[in-house]
Amino acid sequence: MDLATILAILDATMRSATPLLFACLAGLFSERAGIFDIGLEGKLLISAFFSASIAATTGSVWIGLLAGIASSLVMSGIHGVASITFRGNQLISGVALNFLASGITVVVGESWFGLGGRTPQLEGAARFQPIELPFTGALSGVPVIGPVYAELISGHTILVYLGILAVAMTWWTLYRTRFGLRLRAVGENPESVDTAGVSVLRLRYTAIVITGVLCGLGGAYLSTGLAAGFVKEMSAGRGFIALAALIFAKWRPWYALMACLLFGFLEAVGNRFQNIEFLGINVPTQFMQALPYILTVVILAGFVGKAIPPRAGGQPYVKER
Amino acid sequence: MSLMKTFLSAGAALAISAVAALAEPGLIIDLGGKFDKSFNESAYNGAKRWVDETGGSYIETELQSEAQREQNMRKMAERDANPIVVLGFANGSTLEKVAPDYPDTSFAIVDMVVDAPNVKSIVFSEHEGSYLVGLIAGMKSETGTVGFVGGMDVPLIRKFACGYAQGVLAANPDAKVISSMTGTTPSAWNDPVKGGELAKAQVSQGADVIYAAAGGTGVGILQAAADEGVFSIGVDSNQNYLHPGSVLTSMLKRVDNAVYEVFSAGAEGFEPGIAVLDLESEGVGYAVDENNEALITDDITAAVDEAKAKIISGEIEVHDYTSDDSCPALTF
Repeated sequence: MDLATILAILDATMRSATPLLFACLAGLFSERAGIFDIGLEGKLLISAFFSASIAATTGSVWIGLLAGIASSLVMSGIHGVASITFRGNQLISGVALNFLASGITVVVGESWFGLGGRTPQLEGAARFQPIELPFTGALSGVPVIGPVYAELISGHTILVYLGILAVAMTWWTLYRTRFGLRLRAVGENPESVDTAGVSVLRLRYTAIVITGVLCGLGGAYLSTGLAAGFVKEMSAGRGFIALAALIFAKWRPWYALMACLLFGFLEAVGNRFQNIEFLGINVPTQFMQALPYILTVVILAGFVGKAIPPRAGGQPYVKER
Repeated sequence: MSLMKTFLSAGAALAISAVAALAEPGLIIDLGGKFDKSFNESAYNGAKRWVDETGGSYIETELQSEAQREQNMRKMAERDANPIVVLGFANGSTLEKVAPDYPDTSFAIVDMVVDAPNVKSIVFSEHEGSYLVGLIAGMKSETGTVGFVGGMDVPLIRKFACGYAQGVLAANPDAKVISSMTGTTPSAWNDPVKGGELAKAQVSQGADVIYAAAGGTGVGILQAAADEGVFSIGVDSNQNYLHPGSVLTSMLKRVDNAVYEVFSAGAEGFEPGIAVLDLESEGVGYAVDENNEALITDDITAAVDEAKAKIISGEIEVHDYTSDDSCPALTF
């Protein structure tokens, strides 16, 4: 295996990991505040749809991105009203939102574009284009570092870099700010936060707003960065893989990055080596396609250890009985 | 009295519409969606052409999941659609079960052979059409490496891949053909993100022409090829217009003609049995239009026309993967 192959796989890893990363961080904020969010998948999907369709009609991917974030925020709002204000079951609300997103995207898409739930193909300014970082040309002569910089680090869309930045921001917010401390506390022991005179409801709503924004970014990346348009069910289970990555990372930001990169890497390897000779035996395609899932089970079962969710997760906060 | 009249006339209107409905043909759009720009869309275009030309109407439903196949087929038959066209090999076993229950209804199935007195099986010689586009790919490739991205990993798609590989090797015996499949479930027909990733992985391995035989997934494959600056080959419908200059050609599979003919023949002119649409009957072929005519040079046209004539005369025999589940030109 040469450097170019390794770089191509790592490059694909970055692309595949980014939507997972946004969804995973979104889930992290929500669950750290004590709100389980099964609806990450639905938020990704609805944001993918609205960002692609608004980008297609206005021709600007940035307006599309805003529309995607707005749609994801609306979903977050519904989840918040159902599970925080009305103290409903968070899992049921999440599942319902997934169904809603799955249906509404196709219905609205058909009525707007008449393409069977697709959006038109996006071109030019309606898509996120890869950006070339400075010094790519200057470094191209340097062995190893040159190609690594040009292939792996440079040449992604802006949302990929934003995703990495979001990890650092999440870590800083959670562990270095007063808001982060309160957010973690409200997921572990909301009574103590309430006793300290801080509004549990406001904290939880804030967390859910952040969740909505992050999912919006992830969904927009799917349809306007990774692909060039929306097709029905294009999130393809990424919201659920992000939930698995969240458990794998034990609700910690840097580990979430590692977990998402691992899942992205497995997908990239599966895509690249559909057909390889290994020790003289021809490994069948089906095995290579199943490999990411097999490794996921092995890793989750064998290496994670005990994953303890935030203690107040899933329970609506009731001030007095 | 006037109320009675209203009822009577309403009843009469219903009866008339019921009689009219008897002659309506039906079309069941398969998974992947009506506007997949490929297989299903080709069928829809055939039906639309029939509507435009005859002014008739037809009943159409679209499958949303694997579980709806039987229910949809029965419902269509009970709504008195006749003949009914079902698309795709995956309907074979369902139709085998449903067809005997509606002996007075005629069914036509595309891409599969079902042996029943009221079923017409329409199959295409995709390997021959794929051979021709493979020949073009082999002549156009500068790196000597070309790619194939299939949808669901089934014998039918391997038939495309195998014909393609044979064509590539005929043009350049040293060429390398990389083959990838999107998945093993029907969702592989509608996963452009994964298709794009597979195409990019092939480009990084040196492929400079990529043939997409993947239904709706193909949209992502052609997009990735255009982004990476390599050539792609579309499938089923003419997809040359999607990315002019990047889409080298499209392997045409005239599902539209098949649907159009079944609809035109109607229930009266229906002929059960197997119909093979091959190069000779123009059931398969390759597309040249204003979007790609600059890419197809005269040498290529000459070579492809020669190969086409030889295939029709039997001088070149393109191996059909489905005949013995193996391919001399490609390992899966």
